[in-house]
Amino acid sequence: MTTTTTAPPAGAQPGTPQTASPASPRKRGHRGNRTPGEGRMAALLLSPTLLVLALVIVYPLLAAVHQSLYRAESGLDADGFVADVESFVGLANYADLFVGETGRRFLNALGNTTFFTLTTVFLETVLGLCLALAMNRAFRGRSFLRASILVPWAVPTAVSGLLWRWIFQSDGIANTLLGSEILWTAEGNASRAAIIIAEVWKTAPFIGLLVLAGMQVIPGEVYEAAKIDGAGWWRQLGSITLPLVKPTLLVAVLFRMLDALRMFDLPFVLIGPGKESVETLSMLAWDESNQLRYGSASAFAIMLFLYVAVVAIVFVKVLGADVTGAKELKLISKKSRTKATRTQKAEATR
Amino acid sequence: MRQRRRTWQTLLATTASLAVAAVALTGCGGTATDAKSAPKAAAASFEGKGPINYVSNRDASGAANKSIEEWNAAHPEEKVTFIELPDSADQQRQQLIQNAQIKSDTFSVLNLDVVWTSEFAANKWILPLPADAIPTDKMIPATVNAATYRDTLVGAPYYTDGALFYFRSDLLKAAGIAAPPKTWDEMKTACKAILALPEAAGMSCYAGQFDKNEALTVNFSEAVASAGGTVVDAEGKPTVNTPEAKAGLNLLVDGFKDGLFPSDAITYLEEQGRRAFQDGKLVFMRNWPFLHASLSATDGSSKVAGKFGITSIPGTDGPGVSTLGGRSLAISPFTANKATALEFVKFFTSEEQAQKRLALSSRAPVYASLFADPAVVAKRPFFPTLLTSLNNAQPRPKVVQYGATTKAIQEEAYAAITGKKDTDTALNDMQAKLTELSAK
Amino acid sequence: MTISDLRNAAKDSGASGASGAGTPGASAAVGRSGKPKTGKPKKQRTWRSYSVYVGLALIFAYCLAPFYWMLVSSLRRTADIFDNTLLPAPFSLENYAKVFDGSTMFGQALLNSLIVAGTTTVFALLLGVFAAYAISRLNFRFKSVILGVIIATSMFPGIAVVVPLLRLFTDLGWINTYQAMIVPSLSFAIPLAVWNLTTFMKALPFDLEEAAMIDGCTKWQAFRRVLLPLAAPGVFTTAILTFIHSWNEFIIALSMINDPRIQTATVAISKFTGATEFQAPFGEQMAAGVIVTVPLVIMVLIFQRRIVEGLTAGASK
Repeated sequence: MTTTTTAPPAGAQPGTPQTASPASPRKRGHRGNRTPGEGRMAALLLSPTLLVLALVIVYPLLAAVHQSLYRAESGLDADGFVADVESFVGLANYADLFVGETGRRFLNALGNTTFFTLTTVFLETVLGLCLALAMNRAFRGRSFLRASILVPWAVPTAVSGLLWRWIFQSDGIANTLLGSEILWTAEGNASRAAIIIAEVWKTAPFIGLLVLAGMQVIPGEVYEAAKIDGAGWWRQLGSITLPLVKPTLLVAVLFRMLDALRMFDLPFVLIGPGKESVETLSMLAWDESNQLRYGSASAFAIMLFLYVAVVAIVFVKVLGADVTGAKELKLISKKSRTKATRTQKAEATR
Repeated sequence: MRQRRRTWQTLLATTASLAVAAVALTGCGGTATDAKSAPKAAAASFEGKGPINYVSNRDASGAANKSIEEWNAAHPEEKVTFIELPDSADQQRQQLIQNAQIKSDTFSVLNLDVVWTSEFAANKWILPLPADAIPTDKMIPATVNAATYRDTLVGAPYYTDGALFYFRSDLLKAAGIAAPPKTWDEMKTACKAILALPEAAGMSCYAGQFDKNEALTVNFSEAVASAGGTVVDAEGKPTVNTPEAKAGLNLLVDGFKDGLFPSDAITYLEEQGRRAFQDGKLVFMRNWPFLHASLSATDGSSKVAGKFGITSIPGTDGPGVSTLGGRSLAISPFTANKATALEFVKFFTSEEQAQKRLALSSRAPVYASLFADPAVVAKRPFFPTLLTSLNNAQPRPKVVQYGATTKAIQEEAYAAITGKKDTDTALNDMQAKLTELSAK
Repeated sequence: MTISDLRNAAKDSGASGASGAGTPGASAAVGRSGKPKTGKPKKQRTWRSYSVYVGLALIFAYCLAPFYWMLVSSLRRTADIFDNTLLPAPFSLENYAKVFDGSTMFGQALLNSLIVAGTTTVFALLLGVFAAYAISRLNFRFKSVILGVIIATSMFPGIAVVVPLLRLFTDLGWINTYQAMIVPSLSFAIPLAVWNLTTFMKALPFDLEEAAMIDGCTKWQAFRRVLLPLAAPGVFTTAILTFIHSWNEFIIALSMINDPRIQTATVAISKFTGATEFQAPFGEQMAAGVIVTVPLVIMVLIFQRRIVEGLTAGASK
C-alpha cells in the first residue's frame, strides 16, 4: 500500500486542460458487453466482503425479523414466575407502534430522529467543507491543523458524551463562559441544541477528511485553467471544487445520515434516557429491549432499518449519487472515442 | 494473454488465502472461561464444585477483592474469578440479562441491585436460596426483605444504603435554631431565618436529586412515604392517587415553585447535589452517606468541612422515610458449579467478611451489630444515623417489571415538578400506568 | 468549461505528473507553494489572508477547545475536578496514575484496542479495495444490488445486533477472542471502505491502467502500480476513519469479552469506578479519553502526508 513507484505509463501525455484529452479506447465499459470471466472475477473479489456482512448483519437481521413476530406471554404464573412462552402474533408488534402511548412515543422519536439528522448533517456538511478547504490550504503548521481537526472524531463517543455532559452542567464551563443559566441537560430546546453542538463537533471532521481526500484528486491544471479564464476564488469553488468533490461528498453525507438516523450514545449519555425532547428511534428500541419487550424492540429496530433504507434510497435518487458507476462508464466511453485517442492508440501499440 | 491469466489466478489465490488468513490470524488469543452447553432448567439442589465467576462492578476500595483472595487461598480447586462489569448500573443490568438470555454459564454469582431482585427471580435468572443458608435473623430486616421474592430468599444481602439529611450546623446556630428540622415545615421555617442571614446570601434552601433518573424515583418514593403514603401497597397494587401521595409530590412541586430548591436542581444527580452543598450553595440536602467523606475533606476542597451535620430526612409529622439502596448476591441457574457458588455466597456475605471489609470500604454492612462498634463509628460517624434511617426504610416498588415501573414514575413525577402537568393529572396518569403494569 | 471537460482534464493529472512535466501538480500548487490558491494580486491578499487566518483560528478553537477542557479536567485533583478555572490549579497527575493503576490493566487494554483496530483496518481495506475494484472496473450483473446490500448493513441499528451475535459467538466458542470484536467491527467498516474506495476509483481514469497494460504490465501490475497509488488519498482516509471507528467501538467489545486481558480501552474506561458508589470517576475518564486520543492523533500525523500527497507521490516517481 505504500508503493510509490510506478512504471511511467507509456502513451500518456500531458494534456492541455481546455481540450478533450487523449484517452485510450475502452476495451470494456459498454453495458451488455460482459464477459463471463469478469463476472466470476467480480464474484470472487466480492465474496469475502459479502461473507463477513452475512455473518454479522444478515443473521441478526433475520433473527430480529423473526423475533418481531413473537411476543412474550404476559403475566405471571401462580408461583410468580414469568411464563417462558412466546407466541406468534403476526404483525401485531408493528401495528402497535402506531397506536396509543407507544404510537405517540414512536412518532415523537421519529420526529426527533429526523430533526437531528437534518440539522446535524446540514451543519456538518457546511463545517466539514470549511474544514476540508482549510486543511487543503498552504500555511505554516497545517499538518498540526489537520491532526487537530481530527481530534474530535478520535475521542471515543462515550467519553465525548461525558465531556459534553460536564461542559453543559448547570454550573459547567458553558454557562460560565456564556454568563447564562441555561439548563442544557433538562428537557427542552436547550438539550436539543446541546446534542447538535456536540454531534457536529464530533462528526464534522469525518466529512472534512473525506472531502479533503476528494479534493486531492482534482488536478491543478483545472485551477490553472480557471485562473487563466479569470475565475475568482468563489467561482472556482462553485464550478470546479464542489462539482468535482460531489461524488465523495455525497458518500460522506450518505454515511453521516445513516449514522445520524441511528443516533444513540450521545443523547443517551449527554441528556439521559427517557427524555422526550431528545429520544431517538434507537433509544426507543433500546428502551423496549431494556424492559424485556423483545418483540416490540425488534419491531422498532426493523422499522428504523426500513426508515433509514427509504431515506438512503431517496437521497441517492434525488441527489443522483452515481453509485454503480453506470453513468460514469457511459460518459467515459463516449468521450473516449476521439480522433486523438486513435492516434494515441496507434502510437502506443507501435 | 496466458501470462495475464496466470496473474489473475495468482490474485484469486491470494484473495482466497487472505480470506482463510482472516479466520486463521484472528483465531489467536482468547481464554475460554465459557462453555457451550448450559443446563436447561434450574436445579433444585446445589451441586457441582469447581471454578466459578463473580460478576460485579468494580469495588474501588478493594475490599471485595480481598474477600475473594481470601476465599481463593482457602479453596484452590474452586477459584473465584472476578468478572468486572461497567460502572453504569444500566450497563450492568444489560450484560447480566444478555448472558441470562443466552443461558451462558459464564456468569455464576451475580451482584444485583436490590431493585432488580423481583425481575431476575420471576424470570428464573437467579436461584432461590436454601432456607437456612443465610443468617437473615442477624441482618437489618429491610435488606432481607429487599432480597426476597414472594416469601423466598433469592439473594444474600451484601451491602445496603439509605438516605441521609445533611444540614449546615453553622448556619442553624447562627440563626439561633437549636435542633435540625424533623419535618418539611420546620425546614421551611428554618430556611426563612437562615436565608435572611448575610452569610447565607445567594444560597438555596434544599435539594435532592430530581433529574429524570432512578434517583428521581428514589426522591419521589421518599417524599410520598414521608407524607404517609405508599407507591405500591403490600399486595403490589399501585396507590399513588391517594391524598398522601399527592401531599408527597406537592412537597417537591412546591419546592421548585416557591424557590425553595435551586432551579437547576432539576438537573441534579447525587454528584451535582454534593458539589452544590460542598460549595456552600445549599442549607439542606438529601443524599446518600457516601459523600460524608468528601464533605469532611480538610484539603480545601470542601467549604463545609466541620460545618455540617446529618440526621434522618424530614417527613410531614416527624422524621421521614428513606428508600433502600444496596446490593445482594444471587446465583445463576446456568452455572455448572452451584455448590461452590452457594458456599462462596455464604462466605462472602458472612458477618466476619462484612466486618473485614469495613476496614477498607465505607459501604454500609447489612448486619445491624456492626453499626454499634465504636471503632467503626469513630471512622464512619454517620453510621448511627444511617442505622436509624435503614430501620425505617421502605423498599422501592417490588415489582417484576421494575424497569417500566420506575420509568412511569420518573415520567410523571418529572412532568409534575417541571410544571408540565399539575399534581393531580400526573398522579392519575401514574396510577393508570402502574395499574396497567401490575395487571400484567 | 463543462464538468465533462473537467473530468477529462482530471484524467490527465496523473499523466502530467508521470511525465515529469515542470508544472506543479494540483496539491503541490495548492499545498506547497505557500500562496493562496486564488493567486490574487498582492494588495488584496493582505486583508484576505487576515480573514483566512481568523477563520482558521476559529476552526482550530472549535475543534480543540472541548478537547482542551478534557485535558484540563484530567489534570485536576479529584477534589476540584469541577472547577471552572481555565488552568488546572493545583496541577495534578493523580488521574493518570489511577488510569494506569495495575488493577485496571489499561496498558493491556490499549494494546488490545490497537490489535483489534489495526487488524480490522487492514482487513477492511483489503476487502474494500477488492470489492471497490470489482465494482468500479469490472462489468457484471446486480452491481447496484450488491452495492445496495453492502450499504444496507450500515442501516441496521447496532444495538439490535448484540444479542443475536452474543448467541452466535457463544455457539462458535468465540467469547473472549479477538475475532469476536474484529469481525463485527469489520462489518461496520466495510460499507464505508467499499463505497468510498469505489467513488475514488471511479474518479480515476481508466487510461493510465490501460496504458500501463499496453506497455506490458499485467492487469494486476496495472492495478497495484497505477491505480492503487493514485487512490492513496482515498485508501488512507478510509484507513484512518476505519481505524478510529473500530478503536471507539464499545458495545460489542463489552458484550463479547469478559476477560480483562482481552478487553479494549473503551471497555476498560467504562469499568472505571468512582471512589464511592455514586461518584462519577470523571477525572479518570477524561484522562483515559486524552490517552486514547493521542495515538490516533499521532497516526493521523503520520498518515496525513499520504492523504494529501497521495496523488503526486504515487504518480510522479
